[in-house]
Amino acid sequence: MGRYVARRLLLTIPVLIGASFLIFAMVYALPGDPIRALAGDRPLPESVQAALRAEYNLNDPLLVQYGKYALGLVQGDFGTDFSGRPVLQTITDRLPVTATLTGVAVVFEVLIGITAGVLAGLRRGSFLDNLVLVSTTLLVSIPVLVLGFTSQYVFGVRLGVVPVAGISEGLYSYVMPGLVLASISLAYVARLTRTSLADSLRADYVRTARAKGLDRRTVVIRHTLRNSLIPVVTFIGADIGGLLGGAIITESVFNIPGLGRAVFDSVSRQEGAVVVGIITLLVFFFIFFNLVVDVLYAVLDPRIRYE
Amino acid sequence: MSTTPSGSHAVGTGTERVGTAAPRTGAPVLEVDDLHVEFRSRGPVVTAVRGVSYSIAPGETMAILGESGCGKSVSAQAIMGILDIPPAHVTGAIRFEGRDMLTMGAEEQRKIRGPGVSMIFQDALSALNPVYTVGDQIGEMFRAHRGTSKKDAKAQAVELMDRVRIPAARQRVDDYPHQFSGGMRQRVMIAMALALDPKVLIADEPTTALDVTVQAQVMDLLKDLQRDTGMGLILITHDLGVVNEVADRVAVMYAGRVVETGTIDDVFTRPAHPYTRGLMSSIPLLEDKGHRLNPIVGAPPTLSRIPSGCSFHPRCPMARRGPGGGDCVSDVPLLREVAPGRRAECHYSEELLHG
Amino acid sequence: MSDRDPAARAVDPQSSDLRHDEVEAGSTSVLAAPDVDPTDEKQTSLWGDAWKDLRRRPFFWIGGALAVFFLLMALFPGLFARGADPRSCTLSNSTGAPSAAHWFGFDQQGCDYLAQVVYGARNSLQIGFTAVIGLLVVGVVVGSVAGYFGGWIDSLLARVTDIFYALPLILGALILLRVGPQMLVFGHPVPILSERGPGAIAIALVIFGWMTAMRLVRSQVIAIKSSDYVAAARALGAGPLRILVRHVLPNAVAPVIVYATISVGALIAAEAALTYLGVGLQRPNYSWGLQISEGQNLLRTAPHLVLIPSVVLSLTVMAFVMMGDALRDALDPRQRS
Repeated sequence: MGRYVARRLLLTIPVLIGASFLIFAMVYALPGDPIRALAGDRPLPESVQAALRAEYNLNDPLLVQYGKYALGLVQGDFGTDFSGRPVLQTITDRLPVTATLTGVAVVFEVLIGITAGVLAGLRRGSFLDNLVLVSTTLLVSIPVLVLGFTSQYVFGVRLGVVPVAGISEGLYSYVMPGLVLASISLAYVARLTRTSLADSLRADYVRTARAKGLDRRTVVIRHTLRNSLIPVVTFIGADIGGLLGGAIITESVFNIPGLGRAVFDSVSRQEGAVVVGIITLLVFFFIFFNLVVDVLYAVLDPRIRYE
Repeated sequence: MSTTPSGSHAVGTGTERVGTAAPRTGAPVLEVDDLHVEFRSRGPVVTAVRGVSYSIAPGETMAILGESGCGKSVSAQAIMGILDIPPAHVTGAIRFEGRDMLTMGAEEQRKIRGPGVSMIFQDALSALNPVYTVGDQIGEMFRAHRGTSKKDAKAQAVELMDRVRIPAARQRVDDYPHQFSGGMRQRVMIAMALALDPKVLIADEPTTALDVTVQAQVMDLLKDLQRDTGMGLILITHDLGVVNEVADRVAVMYAGRVVETGTIDDVFTRPAHPYTRGLMSSIPLLEDKGHRLNPIVGAPPTLSRIPSGCSFHPRCPMARRGPGGGDCVSDVPLLREVAPGRRAECHYSEELLHG
Repeated sequence: MSDRDPAARAVDPQSSDLRHDEVEAGSTSVLAAPDVDPTDEKQTSLWGDAWKDLRRRPFFWIGGALAVFFLLMALFPGLFARGADPRSCTLSNSTGAPSAAHWFGFDQQGCDYLAQVVYGARNSLQIGFTAVIGLLVVGVVVGSVAGYFGGWIDSLLARVTDIFYALPLILGALILLRVGPQMLVFGHPVPILSERGPGAIAIALVIFGWMTAMRLVRSQVIAIKSSDYVAAARALGAGPLRILVRHVLPNAVAPVIVYATISVGALIAAEAALTYLGVGLQRPNYSWGLQISEGQNLLRTAPHLVLIPSVVLSLTVMAFVMMGDALRDALDPRQRS
């Protein structure tokens, strides 16, 4: 197991480097004028441009540029906006909000998704099963953007049971946005759990468990649940990326002052550096989270530990 | 009723067959009586097992021989009670120590699985749960049926692993199934099945997935364990060689029915059913080198379209349209005693035996 | 990391993990657990069986009908717009509610909303389809090369895939579309990427979305290349390209086709999201994402501005998700003889 974790850690390093280089290339290397690219249509006096060019080491050769850029990232320098405020500041201010929102979403995704999937998987062909099937198809089809506005209108504006926007009501204000953010992932988790459970129930080792005279409860809980959760866990890990993208939209729709909203605002205000800086952080977080999921996967499935 | 073993008997070498004409010691421990298994799903009904009857005495090894699809595995799974009841539909009687399992409640049936009758399967890799250690899975038998503590269960698992000749049992008890070789995994399954000293062990193609040398080791192990415990062994296989080495009696199955039963010697040297004879003649002998092989013409029927009358008639060299009661195309032959201790399902068995 | 993609698992969990397959390879005999119909003897091909199954599924027909409907809307907008021109706007009609004469009312400029929605379909479907085709091409080529040749080629491509996987679709596309217009390759602006049109969005979606398709193809190719008929082809002297194209690929594509169908819907939704965020299509192009974005501030007073394009967008996505679902169930090997 230790060797497995070490190998996973080692493999993460090229990914970290590669991903940051990819972003670097897109933003600072490929554009003819990166400052112009980041600023968009925003007018910048020449002196500011020259200062920024020096700050981003744009006059250095490519690899040196990247080296300094990477070094900066490691030290927490995610760039500055055009008024000189470091992106790191924005990040520390807003990270807790986004973390809460994403956390709520993951909780919903896991609790509702897995429960629905297990119930449906155990009672194939029943009314409950078909209900889960139909509702997940619907949920998967409704983009987060649409679900956001629709639920904001129906539950916020018309019915008034949830705050329309903002986080003035503490944790309760995260419920609707969290549900919206989790919706598509929840649907996928439910379906995956259902299929996975159904597969496990048909597996040969379940047949063996029944031949051993174990009672149904033991067979299902001990011999199918853990096996079925293996693919679900890995899905949830990889899906966090989708959640991060969806958080940008959800925070924008519900006006939640997190990192996602900051990205949205920065796009409209042509603050390219902020956009890139926050997204870089989100990518790093995603990579780290996947590492955690890899380890969790090995805990659940012993076959992985020894490869 | 069933006699308990009194220690090991005189041991022969691995190649010597044990019990040529082993007398049946006491009442049968397991009796299958006119077993029918149907599968009803979207399409037409498929009858996988059409009236199978056989019995096992303590200490006896009965081989169920037949091609793929003849219903041998399904009948075994029906005995174990592990078929999904819809779509499967089981009728007949399965008497374990005199009590019909099919009339018992599900909970009572379950209590027999493991301590009374147990089963091992063909592919040990998929039959063992990959996420639990072998010690855990073997120990589960004790924990679930006898309420043993985890520690004690594990200790008993180590003992069992020793008994099935897995080297370094104490170290390997915490290993996972995928860390064992095929033969060792099969031994783990055997250990699991033997944990509670069952009266009958059903082995469904236990060696088919193994190398020939490993096959021999596993069969020797089964045979030795059977001698030690006096349990009945039902060996399901399509491998004639394995049957010859290990079994006392054999039941030949074809298209969901038992077409012949008897001792190994009798059935193999003088078959009473054309199908069995076809099987025997299809085995290539060393002196046949250079000659054509002798397969049985045709293929086994699909279970949704069983031929009328004798199900073997389209492939039978002896099939004929006979007088009343003996028409192979329209009259279904019944399993009957055609010689002392031998039963066969053919209108013309006597001809085959004496002709 | 890259071998456990969410959509791949959701689409076909069994085939996307090779070891999973191997463990499950020792399955029970068909008779003991007949999901299949052992009475049906006609041996048809994978696609023949799939079509027979597909015909029976209501989701396939509903989804298909919707997809055809929107396809027609994209191809012949004039037929659906009831004669209204999206460009003829009268300010006095601003934010008018839906009525009998104008089914979808008016937007802030007083332009007919139905016409806007109809013309928006063209961009959305165009982007969805081109992006999926691009994604398929890249995914199939990279996946089959990685899977078939293995060794260091596979390792290298796997690392590249991992790196792209680290950038989620929306995040990566956001950056690319933001700075794309400024990019220079060998001193020249990148052709389609530099205009902020449907092509740019499609390219961005392909660049950050090809990985799952690659993974699906790769694992299928790995499973197939060790099969008997490939060995036979090789023994008969067929070269790698011929084997790949004629023998391996036709059998490898089934899960990818399902994924592609569902992706049309997912990418249409992604385009709407990117446009809403401000990096997608801009005026004077039509897009449902734009309509939603422009209408969001008037949600209380003129909800139809947001809700109508939302419903239409969802129905379009649903069409392809339903078809993809039906296709996946029809191709599921566990339900075939």
